[in-house]
Amino acid sequence: MSDKILLEMESICKDFPGVRALDNVSLKIREGTVHALMGENGAGKSTLMKCLFGIYTKDSGKIILDGKEVSFKNPKDALEHGVAMVHQELNQALKRNVMDNIWLGRYPKTFGFVTSERQMYKDTKKIFDELGISADPKMIMSKMSVAQRQMVEIAKAVSYNARIIVLDEPTSSLTEQEVGHLFRIIDMLRERGCGIIYISHKMEEILKISDDITVMRDGTHVTTEPASSFTMDKIIKLMVGRELTNRFPEKTNKPGEVILEVEGLSSKYNQVEDVSFKVRRGEILGFAGLAGAGRTEVIENLFGISSRSGGSIKLHGKEVKNRNAAEAIKNGFALLTEERRSTGIFGILNICENTTISSLKKYKRGKLVLSDKLRRKDTEWAIKSMRIKTPSQRTQIRTLSGGNQQKVILGRWLLTEPEVLMLDEPTRGIDVGAKFEIYQLIVELASKGKAIIMVSGELPELLGVCDRICVMSGGKLVGEVDASRTSQEEIMALAAQNV
Amino acid sequence: MSFIQRYKTMDKTERANYRKEFFINNSLYMFLIAAVVVIQFISPHFLSGPSIVNIISLSAANLPIALGIAGAIILTGTDLSAGRIVGLVACVSASLLQATGYPNKMFPDMPTLPLVLVFVIALAIGALVGLINGFCTAKFNLHPFIVTLSTQLIVYGALLMYLMIGNNNGQSISGLDSSYTGFITGSFLSLGRTPIPNYVWYALIITVIMWFIWNKTAFGKNMFAVGSNPDAANVSGVNVKRVITLVFVLAGIMYGITGFIEAARIGSNSAATGLNYELDAIAACVIGGVSFVGGIGKIRGVIMGVVLLRLIFVGLTFLSIDANMQYIIKGLIILVACAIDMRKYLVRK
Repeated sequence: MSDKILLEMESICKDFPGVRALDNVSLKIREGTVHALMGENGAGKSTLMKCLFGIYTKDSGKIILDGKEVSFKNPKDALEHGVAMVHQELNQALKRNVMDNIWLGRYPKTFGFVTSERQMYKDTKKIFDELGISADPKMIMSKMSVAQRQMVEIAKAVSYNARIIVLDEPTSSLTEQEVGHLFRIIDMLRERGCGIIYISHKMEEILKISDDITVMRDGTHVTTEPASSFTMDKIIKLMVGRELTNRFPEKTNKPGEVILEVEGLSSKYNQVEDVSFKVRRGEILGFAGLAGAGRTEVIENLFGISSRSGGSIKLHGKEVKNRNAAEAIKNGFALLTEERRSTGIFGILNICENTTISSLKKYKRGKLVLSDKLRRKDTEWAIKSMRIKTPSQRTQIRTLSGGNQQKVILGRWLLTEPEVLMLDEPTRGIDVGAKFEIYQLIVELASKGKAIIMVSGELPELLGVCDRICVMSGGKLVGEVDASRTSQEEIMALAAQNV
Repeated sequence: MSFIQRYKTMDKTERANYRKEFFINNSLYMFLIAAVVVIQFISPHFLSGPSIVNIISLSAANLPIALGIAGAIILTGTDLSAGRIVGLVACVSASLLQATGYPNKMFPDMPTLPLVLVFVIALAIGALVGLINGFCTAKFNLHPFIVTLSTQLIVYGALLMYLMIGNNNGQSISGLDSSYTGFITGSFLSLGRTPIPNYVWYALIITVIMWFIWNKTAFGKNMFAVGSNPDAANVSGVNVKRVITLVFVLAGIMYGITGFIEAARIGSNSAATGLNYELDAIAACVIGGVSFVGGIGKIRGVIMGVVLLRLIFVGLTFLSIDANMQYIIKGLIILVACAIDMRKYLVRK
């Protein structure tokens, strides 16, 4: 760690039609430090980074790298100057192998035109060894886990001798162990004198890893201070500009009688094996476990979108089959999926279409015609009760923020009037304020008598919202704990059983 | 806020930007108006009764096939078999409705069949091939490009074999019964002194039905959802395979109708009937903003595209531009139209 400034962004301004996205924002990254950039979604973190990488052109302000003023034309230009970014949603050529991805666009050549596979392999292996990454450089990207793919992206940055590396939400889909590995790599980079810009919503992590913290709010710079002077409450307060006394809402739901009984559920094509549990009316049941433990697979199996090889599902004591999503919906199940973009939203369709797609039958006037009036009315209800921020019902959903998209999809499922609502990572990629609102909605729904199953990789959130937590490991259910009487440690110990 | 009010609140650069966007986004229509003015100036007969009716009726003849293909494009697919299906249906319809006294009748001993029966047969053939297209696309997860490329060949083979049946020996089929030609090409209304053929009204009815299906039924909503994001549609409880199959069946029915009309419209039907119709239909769709991005398209866009394309074809002929050159101009127009359309879906940076 030194006091030498590696990168300085000075009074950056950026206007979009009607909004000032960045207002005189400054950022100084010291050599050999991890600098956390914090703020709610829409605070301007991504816009600032996009200005740095030349994806957006800044309206005014200066960027100084190593004492020289720079202005990158595009991310590639930035990369060649040693400024790299590892995106939250990895953009990689998934069908190609690891080394192709690392050396893409600058393959080592023999005789000036033949790409040298051997050279690539050697160089890749060298970087991997330095960083302690165990992946095979010849492995196809799509066969690797998200964590490994992220490591590849970091290795790529290292291969460019990057001095500034931006990590955008790097841990949002990693397990605790993988996070540990990532942090070791970050430490290594820090020792080499790199400046790391670390964007994340996870307070615990930020406080653990960073040296400096900059907080942004509504496109302005709020403060930059050493991490040691922050507490979680202080960060939250600065981020939202008001005091958030509780990260979780008060639990008002009262579990009633058992309505869903699952016996010996097994999957045909994934590791889920012999999973049995019960859910009560008005109860929030959590599913914890490491990534790959089969949490998502259990509820997908229950919902009929992955093939079942055995087991029975009883709703109110009556056996239901749930052979496909349509049947599951008819039986009163709903599933908010993990991957909002690929299996949740219909990006180019508007809010109204997105909200009503699962309950079109309700709007039938006669045999064929759908009533636009009823559809609009229900959409209006969803916008109001979910507190969705949108200019109108006719807005394309892709233009909304992640939190608002999530609320639209939640609205879609509530319109099907489900009895069992399954939520897979309902707050992934959503900022603190919106997270609280989602928790609040979940507790409210449980209070109204819905049985809720919630899958999450964030233990604090499961402990804060759920009544009971089922812990999965290696496709099996390894334990069930009372959320009010357990600890993160107990759950982690259970989750690590079958690894 | 009305858009005039909004325009007033803008500053200078915003206005310039807005004007530029407006110009680019509506350039097709401006081009259309400019083209009409220029052609009219050079060749004053262009905007006369017969010419207008000609453009309208040519558009009407091509509308059903374009409406059918539009569905496939909304699913990010395509349909290469459309033209050959039109050809097969046209030849079958014609052969079943030849005048009794006609010397080269394909089935000499066959009595005059009722029109309705032949119409139903026409729809059934279209629907059947559409069902095969849809079933293979949905069930085997194949791209419709491959599936319809195959059925195009199969249908063409079937058509050639059909033309060898009876006394026909591969000749073209003409001498149609007057009840048939009257039903299709007859007229009860004239524009100026030029009669408007009946099939213009049929195309209009079909368009209204299709608008209804696209916008007011669960099937229509599901079609757009599947086109926009099939995985999300599946999770949302849409039967994706069924929707894909039905879209192609509906398209097949549209080709059946086109074939039934086409046979009577051109009077003499051979193996070449319907050749490349799908290409004009696809071009019309994309010009009209039905996008290969998936989930995007409007009936009025399809109508606009079909009319625009016909207008260009007729206009080029009016200007007596060399037939070979016409192909080049058509190609360029399609390219430019799509490039402009694509601008709308790019993520702005």
